[in-house]
Amino acid sequence: MKITCTINGKTYSNDVETRLLLIHYLREVAQLTGSHVGCETSLCGACTVEVNGKAVKSCTMFAVQADGAKITTIEGLASNGTLHPLQEAFWNEHGLQCGFCTPGMIMASKQILERYPNPTEDEIRHGLAGNVCRCTGYQHIVNALKAAAAGARK
Amino acid sequence: MATTIAGVEKEKLVGKRLRRREDPRLITGTATYVDDIHLEDMQYAAIVRSPHAAARILSIEIAAAQNSPGVIAVFTGKDTEKVGGVPCGASLPGLRVPHHNVLAVGRVYFVGHPVAVVVAKDRYMAQDAADLVEVNYEPLPAVADPEKALAPGAAPVHPEWPDNVAFTFHQDGGDVDKAFAEADVVVKQRITSQRLIPMAMETRGVVAEWHGADRQLNLYTSTQIPHLVRTLVATMLGLDENRVRVITPEVGGGFGSKLNVYAEEALMGWIAQKIQKPVKWIETRRENFLCTIHGRGHVDYYELAAKRDGTILGIKLKIIQDVGAYHQLLTPAIPTLSVLMMPGIYKTQNIRADIVGAFTNCMPTDAYRGAGRPEATHGIERMVDILADELQIDPAEIRLKNFVANDQFPFHTATGLMYDSGNYAAPLKKALDLVDYGKLRQEQADARKQGKWIGIGISTYGEICAIGPSPATPAGGWESATVKIEPSGKVTIMTGACPHGQGEETTFAQIAADELGISVDDVLVVRGDTSIVQYGIGTFGSRGTAIGGTAVYFALQDLKEKIKKFGAVLLESDDVTFSGGNVVCNKTGQSKSLPEVAASAYRAMKLPPNTEPGLVSTRFWEPPNFTFPFGTHIVVSEIDGQTGEVKIRRYVAVDDCGNRINPLIIDGQVHGGIAQGIGQALWEQAVYDDNGQLLSGELTDYAVPRAHMMPWIESEHTTTPSPVNPLGVKGVGEAGTIGCSPAVVNSVVDALSPLGVRHIDMPLTPEKIWHILSKGA
Amino acid sequence: MVPQKFEYAAPDSLKSVLQLLDAGAKPLAGGMSLIPMMKLRLAAPEQLVDLQKVKELSYIRESGNAIHIGAMTTHYEVETFPVLLRKCPLLAETAAEIGDLQVRNRGTIGGSVAHADPSADYPAALQALEAKLVLIGAQKERTVSAAEFFVDAFTTVLEPGEIVREVIVPAEELGTGTRYEKVVQPASGFAIVGVAVRVRRSAGKISFVRVGITGLSNHSYRATSAEATLAGTTGAAADVQNAAALVAEGIDANSDLHASANYRKHLASVHAARAITTAISRAS
Repeated sequence: MKITCTINGKTYSNDVETRLLLIHYLREVAQLTGSHVGCETSLCGACTVEVNGKAVKSCTMFAVQADGAKITTIEGLASNGTLHPLQEAFWNEHGLQCGFCTPGMIMASKQILERYPNPTEDEIRHGLAGNVCRCTGYQHIVNALKAAAAGARK
Repeated sequence: MATTIAGVEKEKLVGKRLRRREDPRLITGTATYVDDIHLEDMQYAAIVRSPHAAARILSIEIAAAQNSPGVIAVFTGKDTEKVGGVPCGASLPGLRVPHHNVLAVGRVYFVGHPVAVVVAKDRYMAQDAADLVEVNYEPLPAVADPEKALAPGAAPVHPEWPDNVAFTFHQDGGDVDKAFAEADVVVKQRITSQRLIPMAMETRGVVAEWHGADRQLNLYTSTQIPHLVRTLVATMLGLDENRVRVITPEVGGGFGSKLNVYAEEALMGWIAQKIQKPVKWIETRRENFLCTIHGRGHVDYYELAAKRDGTILGIKLKIIQDVGAYHQLLTPAIPTLSVLMMPGIYKTQNIRADIVGAFTNCMPTDAYRGAGRPEATHGIERMVDILADELQIDPAEIRLKNFVANDQFPFHTATGLMYDSGNYAAPLKKALDLVDYGKLRQEQADARKQGKWIGIGISTYGEICAIGPSPATPAGGWESATVKIEPSGKVTIMTGACPHGQGEETTFAQIAADELGISVDDVLVVRGDTSIVQYGIGTFGSRGTAIGGTAVYFALQDLKEKIKKFGAVLLESDDVTFSGGNVVCNKTGQSKSLPEVAASAYRAMKLPPNTEPGLVSTRFWEPPNFTFPFGTHIVVSEIDGQTGEVKIRRYVAVDDCGNRINPLIIDGQVHGGIAQGIGQALWEQAVYDDNGQLLSGELTDYAVPRAHMMPWIESEHTTTPSPVNPLGVKGVGEAGTIGCSPAVVNSVVDALSPLGVRHIDMPLTPEKIWHILSKGA
Repeated sequence: MVPQKFEYAAPDSLKSVLQLLDAGAKPLAGGMSLIPMMKLRLAAPEQLVDLQKVKELSYIRESGNAIHIGAMTTHYEVETFPVLLRKCPLLAETAAEIGDLQVRNRGTIGGSVAHADPSADYPAALQALEAKLVLIGAQKERTVSAAEFFVDAFTTVLEPGEIVREVIVPAEELGTGTRYEKVVQPASGFAIVGVAVRVRRSAGKISFVRVGITGLSNHSYRATSAEATLAGTTGAAADVQNAAALVAEGIDANSDLHASANYRKHLASVHAARAITTAISRAS
């Protein structure tokens, strides 16, 4: 089935199997391997990307369902070599260790800050409920979101 | 060429909260993990696994799979019989080691046991075909519980050893019988450390590429130990070790689960040879739960003998270790670490330990964060609380009474260790101050009057880190480093450590930058490629910085000497110092920068006497001892009296890991370790039913901590340098996990102590607590 | 894990959807349950009809004293839609408890109720709200109550070819207090037990009460004996306890790795009491 979508501002048009998961389309067809696969039950969040402005788990969506969609992945966050404030914040606050969950974590965080520009710790923690990190214990991730939010308020 | 001002000491980087140098690729999604590798004409493997915990394989029908679209090969155990067995690196007297085929032959021993492998053009086709492989099994009785496995009449896991005993181990220290005879009080408790699933975010994965003309195998694998994988996989496949190249790209977490050599690593190498094409296998999460090693799996029987004043006289411990169906790389060694650690940080000199390793029809257990030490720490820290309760002594006081004193270091333990340095009371006192212990106990008393269940739990842990001296390890306990100062003066470090989140690309650069007086940005740390890195042991056992970092340090000392020699030639002086990145003539004050000196060392126009060109040094550093970090964790928990739910109200961690190179990274290690400790204490458990089916076989049923489940951690430290290495560092990767679980459980038992509760096994599920509350009420 | 092959269509009209369903296709709404099941190969529909482009299934409309919610309305929309927050806060509060941010962005109310997971959140609220579900197939449209709709675990009255078209909930009368209380299964995020309560008071007495329960047994239900016990009382602590004690009465509770049947029943009572107490405090 032929699909056309925009990923990180670039148009992609491909013939895909209907069963191809969006995450595999992004990783293997569009060759954007920043989003990761960490489970098959839609519980780890490593594959989180933005589809039409909404953070979604790209392992729980078929590529054909993204026909016509505007998609942003972790690779599309930095612009012209300038990191997105959340990327900076994750870096500054040591919000990652092995880095595997990080792309999904940052994409979910982006949505959290869009909805809660001035988030409480509780809003951050519950907002991240769909993303597992096995390394950080989350505290530095919470700090990263706080820092990014504070930066945006300046 | 400009010469910088001589003698200006640049600001030290060691001790700074530097943000990590590995992060730019990770936060932009441009890092390469195994599944991100794409090779021309690469095929995908899917593995058919046993749904039974124990069964005879009567037949395997592969024709339908072979004819499935895109399939190029299907293999079964008959095809791979000549591949060497999955290795066990640990040895104990009398150890029973079943032959562990890469694909099952004739019989399966656990759910998930690989039976056949399908290779196809893409992962979808491979999965389709795998579903078409028909295996006829004759199910056999299984046993999934280690104590049941050891009971008479249990189903034998391996028919050749009907008692299911995989090994036994005994250790005596001091005079334990005398200690118990002289005791005023003996407390006993059965304490379990449940089976856990390490659950690294990145599952395992392998890409194998065969260059037939050169008989060269390239193996990309997500591992903590690339060189050991190379040595062992080469042996399994009968290849020349120097023609196997193991490349470890980015590794998405390990926690011990990738400190191993797995069937799939050899299997993919073998398949690449057979099909003459590259092949990729990426473990599913389901497979990861079933077929990557599990952790813990202890049933411990403790006895603690003490005087009425709380002085601990002796400890007896019997460990029943759930081995699983096979020994993986270090399986039988793990509980021996528990024995080494069993006295904790207390000075008792009388111990007796017995281990029985029990085969079960389950996935093998092996090293999971802490590996043997969390079990021991959990045991001793629980027992000390039980003793305190028995004697009605405050748990902080009884600990202070029994600590090894500051003037006793180096301290020889009853288990044969020599604790390097310590000030055990310091973190305890600091933590008690942080929580305002006296006031807290008063608040607890008040809360109890209001019917609230508040508990305070103390854990004063010690651990064995920097594993370890070679005689104490199965494969060498040193670590290597090559430091190369390039002609431009840039510094490349090739480390045998294999960090996968621990941040050594930053901490090693901090060490090098300080030693050479250069910017951290001038240093590149390379790891994880056996054709680039000399040889190495890897990253596990909190050894990366304490051993790998020390190897870097010594290589740098060699180079500093050589830099001075080349600098002296350039400056035509016989009296120079190297400081702030410059070689300075002590007489004239003239100086040459590191790039100038480096260029001259490679240009080699004029060599110092008895000196070779170039600026490269390789060191294999053998540590003289382990290191022994320690600390105190205090947990304040509150139990919902109606539901039994445990809420951690406060978590204070005071850790002493010796000198601190990057406190930001250390905090991260502590937090992450604590998350895994809390996970074990409250939620995580790998549950097999009586038939050996893994009930908690997916993230839907195995609860790892999420952001909203974690408390805020108040992290503090004391600093007691280690004399074992010149950096004075001890290691911190496992501290959080080791210190945590007893603090949580002690707090909950403390909360419930008015009901006469003395012990609760992990995980402290609300239902378990509710049962206790209901009985008590 | 990856799904098996299937045919896929994503028409933009309900009519086309219904024709495909009539021909045997399986509907795909948000896919939050179906797609993982397909990946694990626990489900393998041969033909999927995707509802995501059917605009006529995505709306929240107030009409008289009812609010109509199109089946393809996402949990996030339910959670945040102003009319619902004002006039049916119980449903919004329940939606906010579902899964996680990403799941709520994509999961739909129609898909969730049609899947009828016994541990899903919505059913408790829909029972308490005495919601109506409009079901539509190629041949007919019919309306059933939530009480009729949920039959068993993963089983509803939906017939082959039929989908949920919309969910109708009441616009609450002024002064109604509501609450959804949930015990979260820590691994999956589903409800071990969920209790939804609506309460109105009049002249110091509980004049109206509805209690919906999910997670406890194979399907959600209204705890009518608890309701009857509470109604007419002043809603004092003892009244609440007496009522809450009855929510699991006669129920064949589920038992699994995370909670035994007895514990589930106990949790249902405890959280019913808490939910009722909060709902009363919110009633004016």
